[in-house]
Amino acid sequence: MSSNFGSMPLRYRISIDRKQCMECGRCIDNCSYGVFRRDGDRILINSRKCTACHRCLTYCPRDAIMLEEQPCDYRSHPVWTRAVRESIYNQSRTGKIILAGMGSVSNLPIIFDHLMLDACQVTTPPTDPLREPVELRTYLGKKPSRLDFKQKANGDVELSTELAPNLMVETPILLGHMSFGAISLNAHISMARAAQETGTYMGTGEGGLHPGLYPYQDRMIVQIASGRFGVNIDYLERGAAIELKLGQGAKPGIGGHLPGEKVSADVSKTRMIPEGSDAISPAPHHDIYGIEDLPQLVRSVREATGGKKPIFAKIAAVNNNAENVVAVARSGVDAIAIDGFRGGTGAAPRVFRDHVGIPIEVAIATADKELRKQGLRNEVSLIACGSIRESADVMKSIALGADAVYIATAALAAMGCRVCGNCYQGLCPWGIATQRQDLVDRLNPDVASKQVANLIHAWTLEITELMGAAGINSIESLRGNRDRLRGYMLDEGLLNILDVKSVGA
Amino acid sequence: MCGIFGVMDKRRQMMDGSGIRDALSIMNERGSGEGAGYVAYGIYPDYQNCYALHVLLDNPGKSKAVVDATLEQWGAIEHEEAIPTCDQPNLRTTCTPWRYFFKPDATLAPGSTSPEKDIITNLVMQINAAQNGAEVISSGKNVGVFKAGGSGAWPEDVANYYRIQDYEGYIWLAHNRYATASPEKWERPDPFNLHDWSVVENGKITTYGANRRYIESFGYTCSMSTDSEVITYLIDLLVRKHGLDINLAIRALAPPYWDEIDRMPEAEQKLNRALRFAYGSATMNGPFTIVAANPDMMVGFTDRGKLRPMVVGECDDRLYIASEEVAIRAMEPKVESITRPAAGEPVIGRVAP
Repeated sequence: MSSNFGSMPLRYRISIDRKQCMECGRCIDNCSYGVFRRDGDRILINSRKCTACHRCLTYCPRDAIMLEEQPCDYRSHPVWTRAVRESIYNQSRTGKIILAGMGSVSNLPIIFDHLMLDACQVTTPPTDPLREPVELRTYLGKKPSRLDFKQKANGDVELSTELAPNLMVETPILLGHMSFGAISLNAHISMARAAQETGTYMGTGEGGLHPGLYPYQDRMIVQIASGRFGVNIDYLERGAAIELKLGQGAKPGIGGHLPGEKVSADVSKTRMIPEGSDAISPAPHHDIYGIEDLPQLVRSVREATGGKKPIFAKIAAVNNNAENVVAVARSGVDAIAIDGFRGGTGAAPRVFRDHVGIPIEVAIATADKELRKQGLRNEVSLIACGSIRESADVMKSIALGADAVYIATAALAAMGCRVCGNCYQGLCPWGIATQRQDLVDRLNPDVASKQVANLIHAWTLEITELMGAAGINSIESLRGNRDRLRGYMLDEGLLNILDVKSVGA
Repeated sequence: MCGIFGVMDKRRQMMDGSGIRDALSIMNERGSGEGAGYVAYGIYPDYQNCYALHVLLDNPGKSKAVVDATLEQWGAIEHEEAIPTCDQPNLRTTCTPWRYFFKPDATLAPGSTSPEKDIITNLVMQINAAQNGAEVISSGKNVGVFKAGGSGAWPEDVANYYRIQDYEGYIWLAHNRYATASPEKWERPDPFNLHDWSVVENGKITTYGANRRYIESFGYTCSMSTDSEVITYLIDLLVRKHGLDINLAIRALAPPYWDEIDRMPEAEQKLNRALRFAYGSATMNGPFTIVAANPDMMVGFTDRGKLRPMVVGECDDRLYIASEEVAIRAMEPKVESITRPAAGEPVIGRVAP
């Protein structure tokens, strides 16, 4: 006896307008989840397998396919919602932790949407970016807090302060870390080319560096996570910078999770793990059991790479975020990426993804404030990540104190991803979150790289316009400039924490 | 849309305030008649070893006691008096200008390389941040700020109220205000002063919030919500505490564009990059022309797009910096040279040693 649940209500219903359909079968070819099959001259539908990835709709030449979400009602109940009930049915059938893909689905208010940007009117003129320079160039890394000079024999003064290595980006938008394994090689190559074209960098994630990415290694930030997958000296030497992954916003307090279905021969080789095995990173780094262990790791990585590369650390945003950030800032890293609770993931336990952590807006604001208070702000750059959805989010993050942002889900969407959240299945019909070669081949890096580059370019243009309207012609003048934000319908406690005034003030 | 004016005599020859008043008044169409101010260096030779504290007292009966007590904690008052004034029919007096000649007790700031100035800085922050009805508007040796706000405060009214013609200085800065926020407050118009440095600004920086957060992380407290306060503190921090030459300090506040830096010779590139790295949060954006002075120099600089005017005049030993040429000609009809420096090109005049 497996369970008495039988057929659960459909999540999605696919229908075909039979008058429109010409039975070409493109839907059958495109759907990797097996929704469609041919029976004689008829196309049959199994809606139960649908993930709402839209692949069939995209390739139907007659627009004959329609998708409906939640076609069957439950008795409505404000407490015992559909999601709650379905989780119970699911877990009482399996006895397992529910795994989910992509970012949090919690319907909590988004702070970004309650922050309004400023513009100049009469007391100051706006800057016109078509006619005057507006600088978005950003340097990520340690900056001196003051400068020292020495007098030369001829009386001239000369700078004696040595500058630490910094990454220079032409726009404050970087492509965040998603591993090879979680996503395909073609997805990685597409983003790497986009990074090269737009003068920015991309993260490798924790899955090592496939040889197919060596041509773009100058644009890669190579990651060391607790599983140490794919980490060796060759890997470290290839990257432009190195990131220590200490946490992830979608699942604070636990390690990475790559289902064995996605560990193909290529992934196995790159990660240095057996083919088909689940790759589950430990929750902590096994060489960091106290904050004092982190500087040792930072120093060894720095020494291994000759002190030439900036070292980043990524942490998940949790309650004592400010304390974590200053602790990491003291460890000698050059930049800290803070990942908010809405951050994406290829696979995470649903209960973590939807219930653990704090919003990125608050995490950046408190980090910037505490770093300044302790005189450490120039010691590290801050990178905001975890649900940066549009150029306005980038502006708001920087005004709250970030130096730059990582985007990831947005970059996937730019390659076709419909945010269906089934990444963990490894069947992504868009060729993004899969390792099945026939699916990977669907993603053409020539096309997808252009789309990602277009997105970065478009956001960059919008940021330039927004800055110009605010009368700000260099990005460092926006950083931490919270006077240029106003909170709309945010409560007083939150306004105080963000250090932002209310609209009208 | 304010009018600013500065004049410096390189050989410390004295100028009385009447010419400055005339120069400022001729730019009245740049103001709104709700605030003006003057600052002069060299006006208190009899007390040149004391810090002259100009204080606006809302109610001398109450607020003066607070200032007296604070000063006595930190040093000795050598002399004090009401600043002589002469009521003007159009100017509504809302406070009493007072001056103290004060000697800080340097032993109270042990370990400091400039203990007296540290004490003065702390004093000014303490008095101005508190709601005590007293605002210190200038605090340097042999220097004083005279300013007023509210309706009827045209430059000539303010000058006549303070009998500005009775003071003689070798550097003068003056400001004709087009009021936006808090026009009624006497402490709001420029000049703004902190011991050595005085600042007048024509502009409105768009980076006030970022700059304020930066300067406050070094222990300064901004209580006036005005650009010039932040700018004065930034200059004090960069020059006195961080030891930057004024040239570099100006470059940190209004740096060249990255494209320009990329084209510089290597050593210069490194220096400019280092300045932008270190002082990114001190960089000022938005339209401004600033004229600043200390006992040894007067400097003028603009935002790097030069969205506000700056005219420079030279005649014999005198250097003039103003919003408009007409102001310079009002004081010096025979001015020899008039120039308009390009954006990002600071003007630095030093008094002969």
